[in-house]
Amino acid sequence: MRQGPFEATHATEWADYRRLLADLEGRARRPDPTVDRELARFPALYRRLCAHYALARTRRYAPGLIAQLHDLVRRGYPCLYRRRLAWLAPTLGFMATTFPRTLRSHARVCALAAALFFLPAAFMGLACGQDSELIYSLMSAHQVTELESMYDPGAAKPGRGADRQADTDFQMFGFYVMNNIGIGFRTFGAGLLLGLGSVLILVFNGLTIGAAAGHLTHLGFGSAFWPFVSGHSPFELTAIVISGAAGLLLGRALLAPGHQTRLGALRANARDAVVLVGGAALMLLLAAVVEAFWSSGGAPAGVKYLVGALGWVAVTLYFALAGRAAPGADHGA
Amino acid sequence: MHIASAIGPRTQSVPVDTVRLNETPEGVDLGLRVAGPAPRALALIADGAIRAIVYLVLSPLMVLSGFGLGLSLIAAFLLDWLYPVAFEVFSGATPGKRSLGLMVVHDDGTPVGLPASLIRNLLRVVDFLPLFYGVGLLSTLADRDFRRLGDLAAGTLVVYAQRRPRQTPGQTGERTGAALLDAPPRQPPLGLPLATQQSILAFCERSDHLSAPRRIELAETLLAHLSASPDGRTDTRGLAAVEQVQGYGSWLAQGRVGD
Repeated sequence: MRQGPFEATHATEWADYRRLLADLEGRARRPDPTVDRELARFPALYRRLCAHYALARTRRYAPGLIAQLHDLVRRGYPCLYRRRLAWLAPTLGFMATTFPRTLRSHARVCALAAALFFLPAAFMGLACGQDSELIYSLMSAHQVTELESMYDPGAAKPGRGADRQADTDFQMFGFYVMNNIGIGFRTFGAGLLLGLGSVLILVFNGLTIGAAAGHLTHLGFGSAFWPFVSGHSPFELTAIVISGAAGLLLGRALLAPGHQTRLGALRANARDAVVLVGGAALMLLLAAVVEAFWSSGGAPAGVKYLVGALGWVAVTLYFALAGRAAPGADHGA
Repeated sequence: MHIASAIGPRTQSVPVDTVRLNETPEGVDLGLRVAGPAPRALALIADGAIRAIVYLVLSPLMVLSGFGLGLSLIAAFLLDWLYPVAFEVFSGATPGKRSLGLMVVHDDGTPVGLPASLIRNLLRVVDFLPLFYGVGLLSTLADRDFRRLGDLAAGTLVVYAQRRPRQTPGQTGERTGAALLDAPPRQPPLGLPLATQQSILAFCERSDHLSAPRRIELAETLLAHLSASPDGRTDTRGLAAVEQVQGYGSWLAQGRVGD
């Protein structure tokens, strides 16, 4: 078939397709109810257009016609293969199943990240509990003074420096969101440097937190420090470890890609890693709520310890059990 | 073969091009034009400016200490980390990219989704190293599709949003090709290679946009390549040459009238 008759034959189909396409592309602004009924035709029309485009190319019709058909197909492609967007239900489903499942499937990396964080913390905590000078190897004198002022048992609101005593809970919430989730994201991103960045951030944070805990306990400020951190630490510490594990996954893909190319392994691991980072970010959000509105509150120390212990139990149960299929049930996912 | 090699030299070899072909499930090739480091850097600067303006607009919040300051800290976090993600997932590109006609897609051409967008934007931390996207620049220069490390890990591309065919005001998306149908068909020489036929058709389609002297010049050049004589001289000159080539185009597009 020559080009002229070809164009004449299909002109009406192309016009219909154009109309549907214009409606689909401008949908967010003003959906047209009269077109809605016709939209069921779109996939079929789109495939016809694909066939016409392929024919026009093999038959070497005029380049302008080919370009025009290519443009029509190209605009239709993302309309048909768009992924659906929804927020609340997928987020809940994500936290209920996807995140804990992914976490369990990478249990070894998570264990490594936890070791990289908690072992230096425990070591530094014990060491600083013995030697009150050791903390200066890690922090400047100014930082240590500020740390001591934050957890002075005489302060009205523990966890906030002398200059922050007047700040409201909500302001601290904003600060925790920006600071802590930012640290979580950076711990993940740095993993792209062969995993070294994540290792460094995990170890350094472990050392710092351990040093602070040991030093404050040694000073006798434990009565202000431990009740304050007990409420949010189950979520915050685990979330930082998980962010680090996500970074280590990236590093592992580059160092030991296994039977894949490095790029292929990186992509596969990044898909899981971003699930871990997303879950960790939501956990850090929860930790920020607890830290800002509960930890600095006036509840008795015993209650705070109890809440902290319940938090650890809840996190452990969540990681161990959430998202598991019922025993004997068919594994659908 | 003298004609083909003259008009479409080396059509068989792979052209130096940034078009990345991607086969759809329907079996047709869609071309994606990937964007290089320069437009992407400009888009980054534009986005930076937009974010700076948002910071300025939000700065009165700081005066209301407490709640306002908390809000502004949360806003800073969102602007730092989630500004690109939100725009990419909802509309395919940040305002800065959009202003340069760029958009982010998966490497199969579909609109970018939340996981891929999160990966590519969280890994910005590494692309940003050591200063102002040094690593990212090296990566885009080394990769055939100009991907930075975040793009490599996420499987995404930054491409030019589709370019609409040029339209004159009176038209509504219809193609300009009147010359193809108007001119009386003339039989072209036998055995024209496909590349030459396409050159003739392209000339007919585009001749409306050319100035008259340029049209004549191109038509004469085309005819010179078509002529049988080895020195490439033809007697047809001026407007007659244009009419002759358009006649060939008309023949190629629709055959003899009444065919």
